[in-house]
Amino acid sequence: MSGAAILQATADGILMGGVYAVTAIGLTLIFGVMEIVNFAHGALMMLGMYVTYWLFTLFGINPYLTIPVSIAVMFIIGWLMQRYLLNKIINAPQHNQLLLTLGVMLFLENLALFVWSPDFRSINVPGLDTSIQLGVVSINKPKLLAFAFALILTAVLFIILQKTVLGKSIRATSQERDGASLVGIKVKNINAIAFGIGTACAGVAGSLIVPFFFTSPGAGAVFLLRSFVVAILGGLGNFWGALVAGLIVGLAESLSGLFLSGSWNDLVIYGIFVLVLLLRPTGLFGGGRLSGSH
Amino acid sequence: MLTINDLYVGYGDTLVVQGVSLDVAESELVSLVGANGVGKTTLLKTISGLVRAKSGEILFMGENITRLAPDEIVARGLIQVAEGRKLFPAMTVLENLELGAYTKEAHKQKKRNFELVFEMLPDLKTKARNMAGTLSGGQQQMLAIGRGLMSAPKLLILDEPSIGLSPLLTQTMFEIIGKIKEQGVTLMLVEQNVHHALGMADRGYVIEQGRIVLSGPAMKLLHDEHLKKAYLGM
Repeated sequence: MSGAAILQATADGILMGGVYAVTAIGLTLIFGVMEIVNFAHGALMMLGMYVTYWLFTLFGINPYLTIPVSIAVMFIIGWLMQRYLLNKIINAPQHNQLLLTLGVMLFLENLALFVWSPDFRSINVPGLDTSIQLGVVSINKPKLLAFAFALILTAVLFIILQKTVLGKSIRATSQERDGASLVGIKVKNINAIAFGIGTACAGVAGSLIVPFFFTSPGAGAVFLLRSFVVAILGGLGNFWGALVAGLIVGLAESLSGLFLSGSWNDLVIYGIFVLVLLLRPTGLFGGGRLSGSH
Repeated sequence: MLTINDLYVGYGDTLVVQGVSLDVAESELVSLVGANGVGKTTLLKTISGLVRAKSGEILFMGENITRLAPDEIVARGLIQVAEGRKLFPAMTVLENLELGAYTKEAHKQKKRNFELVFEMLPDLKTKARNMAGTLSGGQQQMLAIGRGLMSAPKLLILDEPSIGLSPLLTQTMFEIIGKIKEQGVTLMLVEQNVHHALGMADRGYVIEQGRIVLSGPAMKLLHDEHLKKAYLGM
């Protein structure tokens, strides 16, 4: 095993980890505020992929310029989904909510199959198909950009949560729902907004991977399980935990691919997952209630 | 200011509040006393809109608020400092207080109320940057009251403010409540500490098994034979 190969796998793993982190942050935000486990998260990410794919294919818009559109579209979808579906069963037992989000996932995936066919689609963006050579490591440009955007998004989201009135009311609602009601926060609105933001995270992650991943109705499923692993590893509801765990899972995936051959990496990831659930079910960093401070 | 008429509240088939009527007039301090589990907290949750009444009505400043959402009730100046404090534990003392001034009306008075709260509860100023969850029980209770004051209350309802506090802190707590009254805030005090609660109130209500069993001027209640025997151990 050459040192160069290890460095290469490390770089690839970190870059992919950023994307996992963004999807997981969406999940963790939704769980932190509403304690809803959103199985539709991957399918929503897939919708984000199609937003970018079609805007590029039909109008030639650079995939990275489609991100604002993806955020807007996915925020609205998430908002509507919370307001008109999940809100109806917000007080129902958790497994009922789980079934509902699972239903939404199946609906969206089949809708995508019906409307866009099961074709695997890829785009070719001029200037993006090259790599940057850093010594022995070659960095795939779209992956680097995805990682950079992922970090920016995480930072922006963190600032929103820490500094704005909206962010403070989201954190307050996640920490003490009745307390939030008693200071006059419209908890129902906050739920819908938080779900919208979480969905927008999924959408952005979707947009970011379009340049180097096949867009297809089932694409989200691959990421759904990974984002669950990341969110739980980081501690459900823990913002920074998700970021660190994203990098860990990305690294574990690429390094295991290198040392154990490709087909092993899923096994390693779920092995980590099972171990965390058995040994430290609150995640590596403990479940935060969107405290944002650790 | 607050009028409750024949209010029934329950969970499933169990009625917890069974036909409560009471009223609180402007700038009064009214104490509602009773043992644990007689429906005091459920009554308060219903007043704040967290729990729905089965029947009866709640009027605040002449308006029927029985079916309003909690945030709409808060916006009208009916503020509750809930039992268990309901603070935001992973946010700083300052952030907790800021969120107290969340409504439009409270936001307008934010600066003045900050001064008022820090003057009345100086401990909060020194702890401003600490996480609410790291404060002692007494400090958390002060913060809960401070957050309530930040909401610009017309009527402030305090649910068991002395619960879990040492006798010394309990004393301090009731002194603070006295100061809030001096500010002209109408108060409703819900307590198990009958002696203290009635000692400083204008009027009082005694609740047992979800019903008001006694009411009247607080001084008179303190000398009531039933109340003496049941709550004051005399």
